[in-house]
Amino acid sequence: MASLKDVRVRIASVKSTRQITSAMKMVAASKLRRAQNAIQNIRPYAKNLLKIMQHISSDMDNDGEGQFTADRNENSILIVTVTSNRGLCGAFNSSVVKETISLVHHQYASQFKAGKVNFYCIGKKGADGLVSAGYKPMVLNTEIFDHLNFNDTIVIAEEIMQLFLDKKVDKVMLVYNQFKNAASQILQVEQLLPVMDKNEETSQKETGIRLNYIFEPGKQEILEAIVPKTIKVQLYKALLDSFAAEHGARMTAMHKATENADEMLKSLKLSYNKARQAAITNEILEIVGGAEAQNG
Amino acid sequence: MYVEIMTPDVEIYKGDAELVQLPGIDGSFELLNNHAPLISALAKGKIKIRTGGKERFFDIAGGVIEVHDNKVLILAE
Repeated sequence: MASLKDVRVRIASVKSTRQITSAMKMVAASKLRRAQNAIQNIRPYAKNLLKIMQHISSDMDNDGEGQFTADRNENSILIVTVTSNRGLCGAFNSSVVKETISLVHHQYASQFKAGKVNFYCIGKKGADGLVSAGYKPMVLNTEIFDHLNFNDTIVIAEEIMQLFLDKKVDKVMLVYNQFKNAASQILQVEQLLPVMDKNEETSQKETGIRLNYIFEPGKQEILEAIVPKTIKVQLYKALLDSFAAEHGARMTAMHKATENADEMLKSLKLSYNKARQAAITNEILEIVGGAEAQNG
Repeated sequence: MYVEIMTPDVEIYKGDAELVQLPGIDGSFELLNNHAPLISALAKGKIKIRTGGKERFFDIAGGVIEVHDNKVLILAE
C-alpha cells in the first residue's frame, strides 16, 4: 500500500489538475457562446445569398460557365483543412487529419502519386498532424483564429481563388468540423472550387410563380460579382463553424476530464483514509504492546 | 417597404423604409415602395435609408440586393 505521504502528494496534484480542467471548461463555455452567436448570424446570410444565386441561375437560359464554376481536369488538388491552434479538445483535430489522409489515399490517390496534392492548413494542429503523418503542408495559417473576422477571411479566400485562377490547382476541397451543438460536431468535406451547382433540388420545389426579375447591370455581371462572394462566405462559414465546434469539443472534453479527476480524487481520498486508519491502529497496537510489557 | 441589411458578421438594419438609395455598380439608384422585382450588384459606397423623414447611412464595401414583394434584402460586405 502506498504511504500516507505519497497519497497526499497525489491528491494535491490531481486537485490542481482538476482546477485547470474546470477553468478551461469555463473559458471554453464562454468562448463558445460568442462563437455560437457568430455562426448563427452567418447562417441566414449564407442562406439568402444562396437563394439569390438560385433566382439568378433559374432565370438563366444557359448555364453560364464562369471562371470559378467551370469543371477542369482534376490534375492537382488543394485540400484546405480547418482545425484549431490548440489541443485538448478530444477528437476534434485528429478526425480532420484522419479524413484528410483518407481523402488523399482513396479519392485522390493518383494525384498524390504525381505529387499534385497540396495542403492549406488553417489552424496549427491540422498542420502538426499532417507533418507527423509525413505530409508537407503548403501553407499554414494560424493567425486567423486570434481574431476571426470576415475581412481576414477574404484574404485567405482570395489567395485560394488566385491559385485556382492561375491553374496551380484544379479543385479545392474543404475539410472542417461543422458545429451542431455543444456536444457534437459533424465532420464535413465540401468542394470549395469549382463552385458546385447546389440549386438542383431546390429549384424544382419553387416552380410555382416565376418572378420576372430586373437584372441590373446584367445577369452575367451579377453572377461574376456574386460567385466570388459565395466562395468567401462559404469559407467564412466553415471557419466560424469550426471555431464554435472547437470550443464545444473542448468544453465537453474538459467536462469529462473534470469528472474523471473527481472520481480519481474520491478513490484517492478513500485509500488515504484507509492508510491513515491503518497507521493509527498500528500506533495503538504498539502503545498497548509497550504498556503490557511494562506491566508484566 | 421592408428593408433588411445584413453583413456576414451582423445584421445592421431591419425595418420599414420609404426610400432606399444604393450604390450600384453602374451608378447610384433609388428604390421606392412597390418596386418591381430586381436583383443587382452593389459597389463600394453608402446606403441611404429614409424612414419618416429621418435618414440613416450605412457604409458598405460591395454586395448584392434582391427586391421582391416589397421586401428589400441587401447582403453587404
